[in-house]
Amino acid sequence: MKLTLRRRQIFWAYLFLSVSLVFFVAIRWYPTLLAFNISFRDWNVFEGAGDWVGAANYADIWEDFQKPRSSIRSAFWNTGRYVLLGVPLQLVLALSVALLLDRVRLWAGFFRAAYFVPFVTSAVAVAFVWNWLYAPQVGLLNQMLKLLGLPMQTFLRDPDLALPAITVVAVWRSVGFAIIIFLAGLQQIPDIYYEAAQIDGANSWQRFWRITLPLLNPVIVYLAVLQTIDFLRMFDLVLNMTNGGPLNSTTTVVLEVYNEGFSSYNMGYAAALTVILFGVILLITVLQLRVLSRRVEY
Amino acid sequence: MRHKTRYILSSLLVLLALLLSACAPAAAPAAPAPAAEATAEEAPVEATAEAAAEAAAEATEAAAAEGDVVEIEYWQYSFDARIEAMNQLIAQFEAENPTIKVIHNSDVPYDDFINKIAASVPAGVGPDVVSLFYGWQPAWIDAGYLTPLSEEVFPPDTVRSTFSPMVEASFFDGKLYTLPTAVRTLALMYNKDLMAAAGLDPENPPRTLDELKDQAVKCTVKNGDEFEVYGLIVNPEGQAHHWFREVLLRQFGQQPYSDDNTQVLWNASEGGYEAWETFLSFERELGTGVAGTFENDQDGFLAGDVCFHIDGSFRLGNIASNAPDLNFGVVELPEHNGIKSTFGSYWTHGITSKAAADPARLAAAEKFLQFITTPAAGTLWVGITGELPAQLEAASDPALLSDPKLGAFAAGLAYAQSTFFVDESKDRQAILDAYDAVVLTDADPRAELDIAVGTVQDLLDEFWSSRQ
Repeated sequence: MKLTLRRRQIFWAYLFLSVSLVFFVAIRWYPTLLAFNISFRDWNVFEGAGDWVGAANYADIWEDFQKPRSSIRSAFWNTGRYVLLGVPLQLVLALSVALLLDRVRLWAGFFRAAYFVPFVTSAVAVAFVWNWLYAPQVGLLNQMLKLLGLPMQTFLRDPDLALPAITVVAVWRSVGFAIIIFLAGLQQIPDIYYEAAQIDGANSWQRFWRITLPLLNPVIVYLAVLQTIDFLRMFDLVLNMTNGGPLNSTTTVVLEVYNEGFSSYNMGYAAALTVILFGVILLITVLQLRVLSRRVEY
Repeated sequence: MRHKTRYILSSLLVLLALLLSACAPAAAPAAPAPAAEATAEEAPVEATAEAAAEAAAEATEAAAAEGDVVEIEYWQYSFDARIEAMNQLIAQFEAENPTIKVIHNSDVPYDDFINKIAASVPAGVGPDVVSLFYGWQPAWIDAGYLTPLSEEVFPPDTVRSTFSPMVEASFFDGKLYTLPTAVRTLALMYNKDLMAAAGLDPENPPRTLDELKDQAVKCTVKNGDEFEVYGLIVNPEGQAHHWFREVLLRQFGQQPYSDDNTQVLWNASEGGYEAWETFLSFERELGTGVAGTFENDQDGFLAGDVCFHIDGSFRLGNIASNAPDLNFGVVELPEHNGIKSTFGSYWTHGITSKAAADPARLAAAEKFLQFITTPAAGTLWVGITGELPAQLEAASDPALLSDPKLGAFAAGLAYAQSTFFVDESKDRQAILDAYDAVVLTDADPRAELDIAVGTVQDLLDEFWSSRQ
């Protein structure tokens, strides 16, 4: 059986693709599917694969959700608060900085790098540095408040302030990434549109609302989806800054997964939590894509 | 020719399926157990055991020539001082027992230790004698990793009378499962310079709870709302939760758990609530410090900003290396109502199901365990690791008791209590949450203690019901 040139090309293409496909299936998808399986089992690190217990782990989560001072309930609400607070803040800040950086010609590379550096810094290092900045009394921020004659704050020890304080750090850490994406998006917009608008007498505010923002829509959707997923998976900063406290005011779903799985060894329970989180992320992402996406053509 | 593409695609899929089925559902993922302070310890390492090791090597060679050497494996997680101490003990043991060879595996890092045990012991490989944190015992016993110690070789009555009472935690369902070489206790550290600056006598640190309150208040220096010196910081995230459970509660006449460890009794009497109020009073009424001021519990004391600090013997090495000039002393935890108590914890050694499967190995493992839990072994251990001997005979050594730093910790061995934890981090979290609720949101202390008791009771109920 002789293959035509085209068929041979296709054959080889699939062969090469299969290498990475095998990797993804074996390393990413298979364990993911396994998590679904574990979530229906009484699976403990010491005893390995346990009995099939149906939805018992999910029932346990629901029961814990209703307990007084439930860390699970806080985790779900907090995760929502991180998203609602963090994502808009991130997008507005990143777009503002990107618009400014887009005009900077002198030292442009330096400024872009400066905003990007936190993104490549280890979350643990970031957490420790910010812990010191936020430290009660001795921390830099409190010393500044003192200089300004304002009352000192306990930040991470204050159940009302701790979550916004961590959100600020998360935004600070990843805003550089969003800026770079926005810059790329801005440079995609052809200058002709602006020139045409200018000739028609549009002021800069109108040009921003009528040209820049609509044409950035795909970028905004992309970033909104990505950042939402990021905030839904909030973990490393929280673990290292407050470990979920005070009074569960900063804990997140992923942190609860970690604690249940890797400190209490209840793999089944932890897997059930991840499955719920998976469902939430899937739902929100689909909704976002539906609501935010619209094609803009000029 | 379209079916050919399909043919290619489907053969690729079959290939994939084959690859996948090859990596069949392998056993457990696993995890590190943050046993509070375990990773934070440090201790000075001194002597080496080259001479002893050589002697042992010669002896083993001689025995090998005879041809019936039993090999057993001993595992502990990687921690320099303990590795050194164990190397010396093994060398001595092999010199005395030429027919037994002990392979010492200390390459596994702390974070991986439980993983490796979970993967190896059920497979019948790995350690014959293993080191573990006492709090892990219930889970390990349930999983069938450990075998009960023979009552002939380790008579329970002798163990009870010769070891520190905290070793009671190694009895499970009436059977002894493990024995430690060394243990740790809590004591009160005090900064002599800060005491002197506050007009207190550094040679007369607090001996009673009332004196502690009094001196902590006197030692506290505030500038407006800002602390310059903290008298005492009660930080439930550090060691303070142990102080509440095993010390304050008992001093106010309330034992923390029922004798069979099925009931949480923190709020079972008015005394329990009084202990709780006392625990809260340092931050709320006395104003000697604010929990969470420092990143780690001990940071303030090491920096010389905190007057009194409750901590474990394992912290001494940490202070020696990070704050060598700190002018401090150590005294037993203050007593109250004539009751002395402290919290004790320990790394202990058990014999695994692997050793139990072979009589010759089991006999060798028992001999080895006996050897490394003698008073002499404890004395060797304390010199290298700074951990206290588990045997009362070695712990009451006058030289140890008069040691200006270790003495107070050693004195606590006679009355130290270790807690039966089914999940130490959740138990601690319950106390921490109750503390925060009162201190940060002004919630009712009694109601908060009740909630914490409910939370921990649920943990115990779940644990015991899963064992039936």
